[in-house]
Amino acid sequence: MTHPLNHLPRTGDGTRDGTTALEANFSDLHPPLTQRQAFIESQRCLYCYDAPCVEACPSDIDIPRFIREIAEDNINGAAQTILEENILGGSCARVCPTEILCEQSCVRNHDAECQPVLIGLLQRHAVDHMHFDGHPFVRAADTGKHIAIVGAGPAGLSCAHRLATFGHRVTVFEAEAKPGGLNEYGIAKYKLVDDYAQKEVDFLLEIGGIEIRHGQRLGDNLDLETLQREYDSVFLGLGLGASRQLGLTGEHATGLMPATDYIKELRQSEDIGDLALAKRCVVIGAGNTAIDMAVQMARLGADAVTLVYRRGVESMAATGHEQEIAKANGVRIVTWAQPERILLDDAERVAGMRFARTESQDGALAATGETLDIPADAVFTAIGQAFDENSLSDVRAGQLGQEAGKIEVDGNFRTRLAGVYAGGDCIAAGQDLTVQAVQHGKLVAQAIHNEIMAQQEVA
Amino acid sequence: MKASAKKPDVDLSIEFAGIRSPNPFWLASAPPTDKAYNVERAFEAGWGGVVWKTLGEDPAAVNVSSRYSAHFGKNREVLGFNNIELITDRSLEINLREITEVKKRWPDRALIVSLMVPCVEESWKAILPRVEATGADGIELNLGCPHGMPERGMGAAVGQNPDLIEQVTRWCKQYYSKPVIVKLTPNITDIRVAAQAALRGGADAVSLINTINSITSIDLDNMVAKPTVGNQSTHGGYCGAAVKPIAMNMVAEIARDPETQGLPICGIGGISNWRDAAEFAALGAGAVQVCTAAMLHGFRIVEEMQDGLARWMAEKGYRSLAEFSGKAVTNTTDWKYLDMNFQTIAHIDQDTCIQCGRCYIACEDTSHQSIAKLIDAAGARRYEVIEEECVGCNLCQITCPVEDCISMVPQPSEKPYMSWNEDPRNPFRESA
Repeated sequence: MTHPLNHLPRTGDGTRDGTTALEANFSDLHPPLTQRQAFIESQRCLYCYDAPCVEACPSDIDIPRFIREIAEDNINGAAQTILEENILGGSCARVCPTEILCEQSCVRNHDAECQPVLIGLLQRHAVDHMHFDGHPFVRAADTGKHIAIVGAGPAGLSCAHRLATFGHRVTVFEAEAKPGGLNEYGIAKYKLVDDYAQKEVDFLLEIGGIEIRHGQRLGDNLDLETLQREYDSVFLGLGLGASRQLGLTGEHATGLMPATDYIKELRQSEDIGDLALAKRCVVIGAGNTAIDMAVQMARLGADAVTLVYRRGVESMAATGHEQEIAKANGVRIVTWAQPERILLDDAERVAGMRFARTESQDGALAATGETLDIPADAVFTAIGQAFDENSLSDVRAGQLGQEAGKIEVDGNFRTRLAGVYAGGDCIAAGQDLTVQAVQHGKLVAQAIHNEIMAQQEVA
Repeated sequence: MKASAKKPDVDLSIEFAGIRSPNPFWLASAPPTDKAYNVERAFEAGWGGVVWKTLGEDPAAVNVSSRYSAHFGKNREVLGFNNIELITDRSLEINLREITEVKKRWPDRALIVSLMVPCVEESWKAILPRVEATGADGIELNLGCPHGMPERGMGAAVGQNPDLIEQVTRWCKQYYSKPVIVKLTPNITDIRVAAQAALRGGADAVSLINTINSITSIDLDNMVAKPTVGNQSTHGGYCGAAVKPIAMNMVAEIARDPETQGLPICGIGGISNWRDAAEFAALGAGAVQVCTAAMLHGFRIVEEMQDGLARWMAEKGYRSLAEFSGKAVTNTTDWKYLDMNFQTIAHIDQDTCIQCGRCYIACEDTSHQSIAKLIDAAGARRYEVIEEECVGCNLCQITCPVEDCISMVPQPSEKPYMSWNEDPRNPFRESA
């Protein structure tokens, strides 16, 4: 299959200087705090009891404690407080929508102050500045148990690390060439700079007892039955590999591409000046991926980036903070317009999108009859991720229950198949957040450990 | 060019133990008053008076290098300050000449000379006429320096011995005609004894407190205290905001002691703003001395001090310092006279509460389990005082980060005032 955007000009001008200028657009979105800033910010924490920020954090980090440790010049203590609950605390500090999680619930948001403690940046500060002599967690004596994990994304890695601390051996099967999942392939480039995802994985693997095998894809060269047979337990941290489609004619036309595919190329490109540049582009969607796509294309040099959503701003999944970033980067946000037709030129390439104007009628979305054409060199879809059905194509995997297009699990992340667990974005619960996936992985590890140890006692 | 602003109609000038000053703010005897250059800058900034850094006999003292250290708050604010500096390290002659010149140039300001010479009559007899000749308004006896000088039999070594205080004061009154202020050391058990001794010796006033023996911090890498001199340290004298409560208690003790009642008190100790000064005055101080705040921020702070004090006085209807000086003394009493029937109870203003839970955990862990943590149907938290359990200790109010969110509400009572002496629960009650 030819690349859907090969007909477009390149992002760079072919010169080193041009590429360097582009790279500058992808430096840290939120620069780290300096030592002094972190110290001052840490003093703002009121050290709440039963702190609302902790209740809001999907990964149970004792936030007041780690902030107090920063304030008391105990940076390793702070880092350990974070990592003992969230081994990917470094990337979560960068990618978490803190504005709707911990920072939203900070008591310093109240009227008199309206300024939460910058918890995300403080967490990043602690993890960035830790300086341990070796890995800060210990691996228990080998249990002789061997667990298979499918997917080296945040859920799988978190699960692997926790299992390793219990003394179990872990083999992680990963389809892609690198571990990290969305941290490596799906997060906006300016949110995770300097190859952070790989550095974090390297750190995580220091615990020992974890092997990652790449190029292993469930439903392709890997089957669930074999995993079940050869390992003591199996964890499926598959993620949501497929992008939802518009369901319109021309879905595979040149010039139309899922945003996640483009972001993946951007994240993996060795030369940021050698990407396809859509000078005029339309991004369809209202989540953080849509914003990431739009902003990144704007920063790559696009003249006109339009983000289109079928409902109003208040319904957008992207946080207010993300929307502000989009506006600051010149992204035009068009609401109440839903895709109607992919407009093609004579060469059957995307020339724009026609949208049907919509309105809310008693809460239901209805077309007003008006249409809106937006000319574009490329259209990027970011209307959500879906479960990749191919991965569950083998007979055994077919026996996994599903609900709402995702894998069905019970309160302990157990699927219908004995010894097979699932977590992260591929299960129904949760909000498809990195931090949520990390938490699932951690809880699954505990559940697997409990089950294995209980079986051992019985035996 | 500033617009001419309307100023509060109050008179900040004072007459303290016979010494006139355009305002009650004096600089204490310390590095800021070491020489003419600093003192004149202080007067230009608006200070009402200065106590010139302590003079001694020649040869002048020699100081070490590295002299100050601090007890820092969370955000590097200086809570307390510590120094190991000695008295002036300049010759007596230079100091006396400069004092003469400065007094001549600034006749309306109070200029007090701090003195410390060996505890023998000849030494005082020799120096006092020379000080008198400068035209300075009075002297202050440094009987309190806690570091270095006591090892030589001076400073706190004298101030800790009531007989010596009395003796030295008497010599000063004998050989010097102007007011004698005795500066007291807090490094004793009962400040009243020292004040009584000064009064017996004929002191016109006392000033307090001098600095408190202190070690502010340890360099844990090198295992040595600060300030570090080479690889050693020594205890210094503690001052700054942290000592204010200690100083105020000592001022109050003297103010309400029948034996020293009416003895003018110059308040010293952590005074950093107009409010601190007003508080010292409320406890009976007729003037105040400042050092640390000026050392940390420069002489300009006196502008805000004068302005703030004047505005507050105008608001309260006080036209002069004398009108409120000592007003809090009568309300300061011994524990046994407190009203056993008084009851106050905490109240949490739900509109301003930010639900941080600090009051809850403080009360739950360390006090009387008088705050309930409630979760409403929507999951919102709410903290409420369990009134029957609350003893009115103030801890919740103190730990609350929101000013005025928790108030202590005095409870109406039918019961009359009852001291511990009258309380039937007191097994040692004095029967009427």
